[in-house]
Amino acid sequence: MSGIGTGYDLYPTTFSPDGRIFQVEYAHKAVENSSTAIGLCCKDGVVFGVEKIILSKMLVEGTNRRVFSVGEHIGIATAGLTADGKRIVQNARQEAKNYENFTSDIIPIHVLTERLSIYVQVFTLYNYIRPFGCSLMIGSYDEEKGPSLYCIEPDSVALGFYGCAIGKGKQEAKTEISKLKLSEMTCKDAVKEIAKILIKTVHDETKEKEMELEMSWVCKETKGKHKLVPKKLIEEAVEWVKGQENEED
Amino acid sequence: MFNFEKEFLSDLNKEVKTGTTVMAVTFKGGVIIAADSRTSSGSYAVNRVTDKLTPVHDQIYCLRSGSAADTQIISSYVSYYTNMFSIEEGSKPTVKKAAHMFREFLYQNKQYLHAAIICAGWDPIEGGSVYSLPLGGSIVKQPFATGGSGSTYLYGYCDMNFKENMTEEEAEKFVTYGITEAIARDGGSGGIVRKAIIDKNGVRRKTVYGNKLKKFWEK
Repeated sequence: MSGIGTGYDLYPTTFSPDGRIFQVEYAHKAVENSSTAIGLCCKDGVVFGVEKIILSKMLVEGTNRRVFSVGEHIGIATAGLTADGKRIVQNARQEAKNYENFTSDIIPIHVLTERLSIYVQVFTLYNYIRPFGCSLMIGSYDEEKGPSLYCIEPDSVALGFYGCAIGKGKQEAKTEISKLKLSEMTCKDAVKEIAKILIKTVHDETKEKEMELEMSWVCKETKGKHKLVPKKLIEEAVEWVKGQENEED
Repeated sequence: MFNFEKEFLSDLNKEVKTGTTVMAVTFKGGVIIAADSRTSSGSYAVNRVTDKLTPVHDQIYCLRSGSAADTQIISSYVSYYTNMFSIEEGSKPTVKKAAHMFREFLYQNKQYLHAAIICAGWDPIEGGSVYSLPLGGSIVKQPFATGGSGSTYLYGYCDMNFKENMTEEEAEKFVTYGITEAIARDGGSGGIVRKAIIDKNGVRRKTVYGNKLKKFWEK
């Protein structure tokens, strides 16, 4: 079956005549097949939300995690091949621990992002290892510097964002995010807004099965520590979203 | 058991040690560090005008005592890493960071090293700080620290004369007289007194030559 990149898409070591590396682009496609994850940089912290499709009624709630802690102060949300994401998180945890052992300071988020970026890039260089098929959102909150949110894609480009979405529904999510006034929003409000985007805009109830919301935050309230959003708050947010639907009807 | 080195190379193996006196003192606004200038190999003074005040970063210095080779290589490693980190992070390192890097090198390689370091400097977060890193690789933050063979003669002097939040003049006198006294009493220390004053404006280096050293009780 011939596609656009035929002949130039076997290895990451081959450029196409128009200057593209198709294997890395195909890695992006792997991310686009996965369910959506959103990260918002609010005035007092960063909130992550992931739409988890429940594949089977036998699955225990809360397993198959998509958000991870690195150190105590940084959170990473993944989209794409979860196993690839976990590998990068393992590396991130090593980096954070080594930095802390060596310098006695916690690793600044922009340093960690830079190092993960370099790590991901290495896998786009050789023909015997494949690029990572996942995107990561990295978030942290610091008393002095405020909240920070970065996103690393399979091509290793790392950009800083106020609001970001990765995965299947990222286009619609990004449109909704751009309507929000993030600099004035608190994290508690962001929890509701993310729930709304994931439940209403991104999740297609007719096509897909039920979804589970996994949300985490690093904010002033958690004193700069990355934690899962309390279950009660998520339930309240879901109620609020349902209420909004009824209002519109 | 037969030890080749011990039997045949004992003379050649006498390390160049900095039999030394070094002091670092916090004052209101920064730190003052001071050292003597003698490097000895056995009873021969290899260098009588040594500079033991080694810069690690713009406003972080270290005072080296013990084996000259060991302390030189470690301070150049820490200098390398602090420079790399400051570029990566976009901000100058704190004295705490540099001191902890010293600790990591000293502790992880303790079997091979004979090095004690005092890391002192100024950063905007803590102001002036002094960290003492003795032989085993431990780290302790102190308002003042002394090191080297001559420091044994200064414990009484320091305990009686140190005050918190001294002015720059008081602190300068405190270290100058301290090193002078140690030079007088300790055979491993000698030469001139080298000082550096580190505060928010940077580093100012001073030297007190032998003939200008104050004479204490002497017949």
